[in-house]
Amino acid sequence: MENRVVITGIGTYSCLGENTDAVLDSLRAGKSGIVFDESRKEFGYRSALTGFVKEPDLKPFLSRRERIGMHEPAMFAYMSTREALIQSNLDVDFLEKTETGIIFGNDSTAGAVIQTIDKVRERKDTTLIGSGDIFQNMNCTVNMNLSTIFKLKGINISMSAACASGSHAIGMGYLLIKQGLQDRVICGGAQEINVYAMASFDGLGAFSLNESDPTKASRPFDRDRDGLVPSGGSATVIVESLESALKRNAPILGEIIGYGFSSNGDHISNPNFDGQFRSLNMALKQANIDPKVVDYVNAHATSTPVGDTTEAQAIHSVFGSKVPVSSTKSMTGHECWMAGASEIAYSLMMMNNDFIAPNINFENPDEDSAKINIVPEYKEHKIDCFLSNSFGFGGTNSSLIIKKFIK
Amino acid sequence: MERAEIIETTKRFLSEEFEVDPNEIQAENNLHSTLDLDSLDYVDLVVVIEENLGFKPTGDDFKAIQSFNDFYDLVEQKLTVA
Repeated sequence: MENRVVITGIGTYSCLGENTDAVLDSLRAGKSGIVFDESRKEFGYRSALTGFVKEPDLKPFLSRRERIGMHEPAMFAYMSTREALIQSNLDVDFLEKTETGIIFGNDSTAGAVIQTIDKVRERKDTTLIGSGDIFQNMNCTVNMNLSTIFKLKGINISMSAACASGSHAIGMGYLLIKQGLQDRVICGGAQEINVYAMASFDGLGAFSLNESDPTKASRPFDRDRDGLVPSGGSATVIVESLESALKRNAPILGEIIGYGFSSNGDHISNPNFDGQFRSLNMALKQANIDPKVVDYVNAHATSTPVGDTTEAQAIHSVFGSKVPVSSTKSMTGHECWMAGASEIAYSLMMMNNDFIAPNINFENPDEDSAKINIVPEYKEHKIDCFLSNSFGFGGTNSSLIIKKFIK
Repeated sequence: MERAEIIETTKRFLSEEFEVDPNEIQAENNLHSTLDLDSLDYVDLVVVIEENLGFKPTGDDFKAIQSFNDFYDLVEQKLTVA
């Protein structure tokens, strides 16, 4: 027998706010978290636009030994996970005595690696690097740090799947719980935001150059979009079996009913209609629902000319023109490795507060975005079931379907 | 470097690095337990000693150290040799 899988906690540390209350306010207000970062220009970036997240002070919460192996991804992830665990009524004493897993999405540690290598270049002696750097440098940095801090005893793996990392992390946690292999998995996605993290991506010419008006730069689906804006932070989603959640009397924020995935097997960076179409349909098939049941689609749309067009075509093919669609990346920018998890958190906030966050800066449709129902302004709207898309470099696609929990 | 200066200097960087109360760093106290050192912390101890005093202690050096007094002796000896 398969388990029903629910979500019992969320935490966010993003450019829209450092906790879920602040993020909820920003989502309702359609507030952008995008800034112009002069240091990027000095460093050689083509575009100085970015979502801004400040480095958290973890000294009040963690010992020196607990902090020393953390760079941005783990620091951000600690903040969002701490919040999610509190909401889910989970503490270290409980976690230590039970089997809770962690699957976190992360796909780079550029800032930490460069900092380490600079030390060696300067001092020519690896024994003067210090003990923390290795745990900052490895891609599983979030898992290593959080599993140690929170005394986790279950599955402990990182999910590296480009801009779909956070979404696949939740999907994999869902599958493990559904099959009865885990009761509870801390899932999420983290994204570093330092100047080293996005230099090579900027070099592809994929970022918006609308530097004179940063909050207008990320404009998914709009006719005049000119590229994405990188961003970062962390989001955590506590995924749990219904049985375990009920036993603990935990809050239930939603139920995961479908996880679709696919690989394009095509170009390394170009999107692909067929791959997205298959991912969407797989999620719907697994959820065993008609597309009409979906009340809201949180689009992956990043504000790139080709990507948004392809997704608009895929959404139109599967859902037709009625389902409301918005891309929260219009406010956050592209949170990359984190995005698949943060967009589940953002959509859960919408579902549980009866609104759709606006796809800001959507002023004029193009030929394809005109065919779908993009929501440009805050809208009161009852959501019983939503789908969230995440697509990444290398052609990795993920679609999650979540509905309101009904006993 | 005079012994008083060694005590003052090491108290400063050790308390900062290992986040302990400087008043806990007393000559007769055990260095390992006062600084709450685990196996990884010795790597950082080497780094801060090198950064602040200009030499790198070895694993054998640490084995011979129990109290901060032993540590001050080591520092005195290494700086004198240097």
